[in-house]
Amino acid sequence: MSIVAALSGITKRYPGVVALDAVSLEFHAGEVHVLLGENGAGKSTLVSVLAGMQQPDEGTVIIGGNPLRIASPRHSIQLGIGTVFQRPSLVLSLTVIENLMLGGSWLRRLARAAALRRFRELATLLGTHLDPDAPLAGLSLGEQQQVEIMRALWRDAKLLLLDEPTSMLTPQGVADLGRMMRNLRDRGVALILITHKLGEAYEFGDRISVLRLGKVAGGIDPEALVAMEESGRTATIIRLMFGLEAGEAATTAGGHAAELAILLGRKIHGPAVVDRSQPPVLRVREASTRAEFAETPLRKVSFELWSSEVLGIAGVDGNGQKHLAEMIAGQRAVHGGALELGGIDITQGGVPERRGRGVRYVTDDRLGEGTVGALPVATNLVLKEVGAPPWWHHGITDWAAIHAHARVLIERNDIRTPSALTPAGKLSGGNVQKVLLARELDAEARVAILNKPTHGLDLHNQRLALDRIGTAAARGVALLVISTDLDELIEISDRIGVMFGGRLAGIVDNDAGAIDRVRRLMTGAGAT
Amino acid sequence: MSLRGPLRVFVPVVLALTVGGLILLVLGKDPIGYYSYVMERSLLRWGGAQETLTRMAPLLLIAAGLIVAFRSGIWNLGGDGQFLLAAVASAALAPALIGGVPRGVTLVLCMLAGSLVGLVWSLLPAVLKSRYGINEIITTLMMSFLGTSFANVLIKLVLRDPGTTVPQTRSLAVDDRLPRLFGTTIHSGLLLAMLAVVGVHLMMTRTAFGLRLQVLGANRAAAVHAGYRVERLTIAAFALSAALIGLAGAVEVLGVWGSVRADWNPALGLLVVPLVFLARFNGYAVIGFTLFFSALMVGGESAARRVGVPQHFVLVLVALLLLFLGLVEYLDQGRRKAAGT
Repeated sequence: MSIVAALSGITKRYPGVVALDAVSLEFHAGEVHVLLGENGAGKSTLVSVLAGMQQPDEGTVIIGGNPLRIASPRHSIQLGIGTVFQRPSLVLSLTVIENLMLGGSWLRRLARAAALRRFRELATLLGTHLDPDAPLAGLSLGEQQQVEIMRALWRDAKLLLLDEPTSMLTPQGVADLGRMMRNLRDRGVALILITHKLGEAYEFGDRISVLRLGKVAGGIDPEALVAMEESGRTATIIRLMFGLEAGEAATTAGGHAAELAILLGRKIHGPAVVDRSQPPVLRVREASTRAEFAETPLRKVSFELWSSEVLGIAGVDGNGQKHLAEMIAGQRAVHGGALELGGIDITQGGVPERRGRGVRYVTDDRLGEGTVGALPVATNLVLKEVGAPPWWHHGITDWAAIHAHARVLIERNDIRTPSALTPAGKLSGGNVQKVLLARELDAEARVAILNKPTHGLDLHNQRLALDRIGTAAARGVALLVISTDLDELIEISDRIGVMFGGRLAGIVDNDAGAIDRVRRLMTGAGAT
Repeated sequence: MSLRGPLRVFVPVVLALTVGGLILLVLGKDPIGYYSYVMERSLLRWGGAQETLTRMAPLLLIAAGLIVAFRSGIWNLGGDGQFLLAAVASAALAPALIGGVPRGVTLVLCMLAGSLVGLVWSLLPAVLKSRYGINEIITTLMMSFLGTSFANVLIKLVLRDPGTTVPQTRSLAVDDRLPRLFGTTIHSGLLLAMLAVVGVHLMMTRTAFGLRLQVLGANRAAAVHAGYRVERLTIAAFALSAALIGLAGAVEVLGVWGSVRADWNPALGLLVVPLVFLARFNGYAVIGFTLFFSALMVGGESAARRVGVPQHFVLVLVALLLLFLGLVEYLDQGRRKAAGT
């Protein structure tokens, strides 16, 4: 098959690190080319080189036989390269269709009718049901990503880059994405798929390349991929990813157990023992929230949560999960219904009252509302305790005590920061999450809500976050974990509830058949 | 090498004075002569130095008020209205009280009245901001226009001293004004202003209330998430800011003028804004910049008569300083980024 694009000896250096080291790869028409590798292996740099965001120090990109440099994102688009980044980069104040029309020429009039035709075409192709006139700000991250994919496809891209597109999608969404990728592949588009999950690599990939420390460590070409058994493929990939000897790979993987567990979707924690003869810690009775523009409110949600239990909440993004989390945390008022904590009515009262009683909330918007980027890590660790002893006496700050406390938490939670005084905004995503987990899953926590606790983290930090959930449950904390990653919920939950249209469509025990029942509920089939 | 500490301010100051000097050269004036005259007049001569320090009092109080607001993410640009109404209120109250109650009580009551008037004038923008999220830049500026006009109306129609030909309020006798410090012409309002600006700095950096305000200023969503009473904090920051600016108005009247004439508007509120930015909202640093600016003002006014350089040249220097501080900061950041630290 013809080569749509190729990289030839691409090298990109940053101060102190070689992100890409003489990388040469070929991308064929009608093929899904999977790129695997640990965080820091160079995948993201490779994406930004093809997207025109970074220029390589050496080497060329060859498109349609011509060696060239991709000078800018605009140039990249003109060359027929569409890119879907990990984080949506859309204009939140505009509507879906306006976002899609943004790339047009400055002088031409905005052709709304034509844009709508293209929108419907792509919506059919992708199987999405977005309202073209919905403002972006009201869409969930998952829905925003759908818009992002549409935008990448808007100009008939010949090469489509997908940087971890599944991390925000439901299983149904992943399946849809797979169908879409096959459609595009059959039309002769070359696809590059970056993922952390081997299952997806096998399911969608025609060819696999593994990056390690900026170099192409090796790969499996289409013929070999078809010929190989799954265990053989996995052994090969693990050997390439972690640079292990062949014999070592399948068994110990030399200290990479955590990454391997996620890679293989292996279950590490058994569910904690939940004693349901005791009264539940949290009881939510027919709780509703007030509708806000372009947000799904809660409609009479009822459930109970026991000590040491992990209740997973699955569902397509934007079905009321955020309202559920904010309502329990006290950040959003309850409109009808009641909340009880340990038998005490807590329906009234905001965040301080709830927090005083042991309710904790790890938000998914870590930088937007979870932390104050401009303030030091130490301050962020006590952000929800401002004014309270032992760090404040009669309103006067005891900075020495706060900093000592921060150093203990930094040490205990392995938060990688130059110091306790470093602004939280300078930390990596994984470390920001460690700050939030340290702040929320403290000794006094009784009920903790975690909204997408692993979203956007690399394998290592995903593992760490899930581990913290396990330890908290073992300590007796009742946990509500909201996630769109069903594999993850299956791994850690005792029961899984499904949100659909602001209602709790149902709660199923996490046993062998759980995944099918959850999927059914997610489509709304079980909801009344 | 990156610029540290005092050098970070010193280099831009030198650059600003150099470019300012070049502008003077182009205008056909002698820059060395101008600068040395300004410095001699405002700092080296005892009388000039006293004038400079006296001029600092209202600037510092306004700076304290702006620091509270800006650190809380509230752009209170209505300083002029708050200042002037407070000045008029204390100017009207002082002569009326002075016969009945002791001087000390009169002065304290007048300063409280000034603060209160400033505060009241900020309430509408505060409530609009906290309740409905209406941009306070617009509302405070509008209230400022209303405030300055209203102050004039009051002087001309209500509070006018019938014994004068020019419309102005009744005057407070020199002996009844704020006490002077140690036999100088500097009034005790300077002390109050220093206390206020240091107090505000300590409040912002060492108290729970100050930290809540800082969180509100840096990330409003985080303040909501952490359960702070965002509406109350917003109104509190507004009130404190406007009260301090009102106090500045009262202190200026009670310490220096003794009365307010119609159409008097020193427009200090907006003049202090760049100083507060130069100091990066730091209470200690703002003292230094205020001294610098105050000296330029005092020297510049005199130089306008003596050397023939317009008084507004002082503002050119402040603008240049702001420009160079920003530039040095930007270059420094770029260099640190390139060094990978």
